[in-house]
Formats: sequence, C-alpha cells, structure tokens
Amino acid sequence: MAITLSASDAPSPPLSARLSPPQVWGIVLLTPYLLVFFAFVLYPVCYGLWLARHPASYVALYNDPIFARAAVNTLIFLVIGINIKMLIALFLSGFFAQQRPWIRWLSVIFILPWAVPSIPTILSVRFMLNPEWGMVNQLIFKFTGDDGPNWLNDPTVALTMAIGVHIWKSLPFWTLILLTGRLAISNDLFEAADVDGASWWQKFRFITWPSMQTLYITCTLLSMIWTLGDFNSVYLLTGGGPADLTHVLSTLGIRYLRLDQLPLAMASIVCAMPFVLPLVYFMMKRLSR
Amino acid sequence: MKLPTLREAGTEAKLLLIGIPVFIWTMVPIYHMFVFAISPKEDAFSGKLWPDHPTLHNFSIVFHQQHYFLRDFWIQFWNSTVIALAAGALTLFVATAAAFSISRLRVPGGRAVMNLALFTYFIPAAFLAVPMYRTMGNYGLLNNQWSLILAMVTIASPYAIWVLKQASDKLPVELDEAATMDGASTLQLFRLVYLPLMMPSLVAIGTYAILLAWNEYLYAFLLLSNDTDITLPVALGNFLAADDSPWELLMTTGFIYALPPAAIYYAFKRYMVGGLTAGAVKS
Repeated sequence: MAITLSASDAPSPPLSARLSPPQVWGIVLLTPYLLVFFAFVLYPVCYGLWLARHPASYVALYNDPIFARAAVNTLIFLVIGINIKMLIALFLSGFFAQQRPWIRWLSVIFILPWAVPSIPTILSVRFMLNPEWGMVNQLIFKFTGDDGPNWLNDPTVALTMAIGVHIWKSLPFWTLILLTGRLAISNDLFEAADVDGASWWQKFRFITWPSMQTLYITCTLLSMIWTLGDFNSVYLLTGGGPADLTHVLSTLGIRYLRLDQLPLAMASIVCAMPFVLPLVYFMMKRLSR
Repeated sequence: MKLPTLREAGTEAKLLLIGIPVFIWTMVPIYHMFVFAISPKEDAFSGKLWPDHPTLHNFSIVFHQQHYFLRDFWIQFWNSTVIALAAGALTLFVATAAAFSISRLRVPGGRAVMNLALFTYFIPAAFLAVPMYRTMGNYGLLNNQWSLILAMVTIASPYAIWVLKQASDKLPVELDEAATMDGASTLQLFRLVYLPLMMPSLVAIGTYAILLAWNEYLYAFLLLSNDTDITLPVALGNFLAADDSPWELLMTTGFIYALPPAAIYYAFKRYMVGGLTAGAVKS
C-alpha cells in the first residue's frame, strides 16, 4: 500500500461540516466503490500478508523444487513469451494497417480468439495435442507413418504450448492496440519519406518506431503484469504437469491453496512482489497523469 | 480496369503470404472445436478434418441434458447468465457513481481513490484469488453466487472507473455550471446531464463487465462447487475429471458457451473499440 500513498499527492480532506451539498453527494457516490475496495481488496490483501508472515513458509518454499521450477517457468513465460508476442503484434499491426478490403475482413476474423472465452478453445487445443486421438498426431501418422510426439508429456514442449495458447488468445488485443498507435501517425511523414526514397526499414526505424516506442513499452510491461496471472493457459492445457514441471506462479498459488497450504500459497505470491511492484509503480505513474 | 503491375502483384503476394498463415493460426482451435461439435463420436476420435457424417446430434444431447456431465446444463447456463448480468449491472452502478464523484464533483481525496483503483487494476487476478478465496470463506459467502458476483465487480470496477473517469474529464465543465445555474440538484445533474452524455462509454463498460464475468473460470471454480451453483466454464473444466470424457459433447457445450460472448462482442464492437482500446493504454 505504500506505493499508492506515495503516488497520490492528495492531502487528506478536513471533514468539516462546511462541505457543500455536491461534495456530500460526492462522498456518498464514492462509498460503494470504497466498500468494495475495503471488503474485497484491502482486507484480503492484508489478511493474506498476515498469513504469510512466518519465515517457516519461505523456508518450506525454498525447499520445494516445484517452486523453483515454477519461478523459472514464469520468467520464461514473461521474458521470452511476452516479448515474442509483442514483436509479432508490432509486425502484424503493420500488416493490418494496409488498406485492402480482404485485410479488413481478416481483421474481423483475427479478433475471434479475443472475443471467445478461453476455456473451450484451450480445451480444444488440449485434445488436438492428445498423443493417441488428437488431430495433430493422427495427421502426422497419416503422412509419415510415424507416431507423433507425446506433446504435453514433455515439460519443455508443454510449456511452449502453454505460451503458444497464451499468444493465440491475447495477440489480437495487443495487435489492435498497436494498430491504433500506428494509425495515429501522420501520413504526411510517410509520403515525405517516399519522396526522399526511403526504404521500408528506414521508414520503420525513423518514423514508426520513434512514435510508437512509448506505447510499445507500456504495452509490454502491462502484458507482463497481467500474464503473471495467466492461470487458464497453463492450468487447462497441462494442469501443471507432467510431474508438476510446468507450473507458473499463478497456478502454483492455486495448487497450494487446493492442498490447503494457504501460508505457502501466500508466501509464493509475496515472493513475486519484488518483481511486480516496480512494474505496477511504473505503470501507475504512467497512467495516472 | 487496369491490370496490376508486377510490383503491385508482388506486394499483394507478400501480404497474402502473411495473411494466410494468420488466418490458419486464428482458426485452427476454433475450427477444431466446431468439427468436434458436429461429429459423431467415432468420427471425432479418428482425427478427420471433416466428419463423414456431420450431425447436429451432439447439440440435441446437450440441449436435452442426456449425459451424466450435462444433467444440469440449463441451470448452469442460467447461472452464467445471471451472474454475468448482475456483475455487469453492479459494476456499472459502482463505477459510474465513483467516476462522477471523482471527475465531476471533484470530491476531496478522489485522486487517492483513483490511485487505489488503478493499483487494484494491476494486481494479477490469479494472485488476488488466493486471499479472496479465504476472505469469502470468512464472510460465509463460499458456494454462494454472490461471492462470484462481488469478486467480478471487484475485478471489473477499477478499469471501469478509470475509463469512465477519462471519458468524464472530456465533458465540458460549462455543462455542469449551466445546469447548476438553472437550479439542477446534484442528482438531477447526474441523471439528466451526465448519464445521457456518457451513454457510449457506459455501453462499452457494461459489455466489458458482462463478458469478463461470463468468461471467468478461476474465481468461479474456486468460489462455487455445487453442480447446480456453478457456471458453464466450471462445468466444462469438470469434464476433465473423467478419463473417458465425452470430448465431442465437451466441445459442443464449449461451442454453445462461446457463442453469446462472440455475438455480444461483434454487436458492440463499435463501442468496444472506441471506448476500450482508446482508454486501455494511454501512450
């Protein structure tokens, strides 16, 4: 909570009787949200931190190999997965900026993964990758006569697939955001560059990138914060398996919760805070201007 | 009509070279789900790209609840609907009131509340889920659908307040001043001036909250457990409990479950794109 306080410079209001009627209404109208915030954010967070106060929980975490593996997986997910996703989104935003009727149609279809709920589509991918009955391996068998790999039984492949599912789901959203940023660039600049005979790379390097840089970095950080919580892609595709090797921090927290080890669950989340809070602070500075 | 030059044809070919993989990548999981939904069991499990005998029989089984996993389908569909609508309505109420108070009435401390809301917006939902689960237990709300509704309001309202505040800030102050001069009370200002002007943003936010609640899996599966209380996504997840899950029925149910949000999304796309992406990331 320290961050919120330092980020807000509003002085605490003197609650005198001299409040005007609009201000009284202002307080009344603000109350529902404050109630929600205190009951379902502040109290749970404080209670959770209180549960995670024992050093023993952290020792237990440290000794749990699954935790170390989950932390590494989360880092891979964030550093590799998100950056690949954002680079593809940046590239595709240039593609969708082209004025063609068929590209307009494609953009309508392209948004489907974002528009449909993730559970059925993740389960669809899960069955597609089933070693015996899945479509992928049956096609491999049909064309090569060999059995395909047991996709979700290899931790590296399974985690890659989970990242793939995550990219499939959220790529349209970020492409759309970057597209809005790209369309906001004045066309005069590109026309002037054409007159001067600039190559597409020069146009990107000297016009597109400088105007989109801030947006791109903001999007990447935001996506990283949110992806920390991407429970569905991992849980529904691999269930954390094989042998609990593909957990990420969000699924691990829920795993401890299901095993009735609440202090451990909270401790694993507290361990992620040193990475999350700076990102959150940075984003808040940027968005609350 | 003039023939395209070689250069234009080359550009078009390059664009197609990107467009076709993008199309395939986007459609594969959805197409796979659709093929399963219209396949009899034998065809579904033989990995055919198109079933030999496409059928709507699976839909009939789902609609008539003729399978062990589907015996509460309509109740679960109803639960999903009620929870999504309730979360949407409550979010709209909470967020509109807060945005009006912060942006138009300039309530003391409003900026601090905005920062609290933004902070909540950045807590990953899966992290908040752990303490929230315990808290709901303390409140005695576990296995009560209100717990899911309130959790969804908690998660949806920060972003809702933020977007609505950004939109409110754009309305001219003179409007409020003129209305106050004419003797409008604060509530009349809210109801007769503010709400009508905010309609496009309100539609966007309402849709956002409804879709968020309809699509939610993690909180639903933590907070609700009785077969007649759970929402559709939890029921879909429960299919995995058995080794010999009827995948063709699972995919059919999933397909039915995915249709309403997709339809809502496309129906309100105009509002969604204008109201949400503009506010989602301010560069």
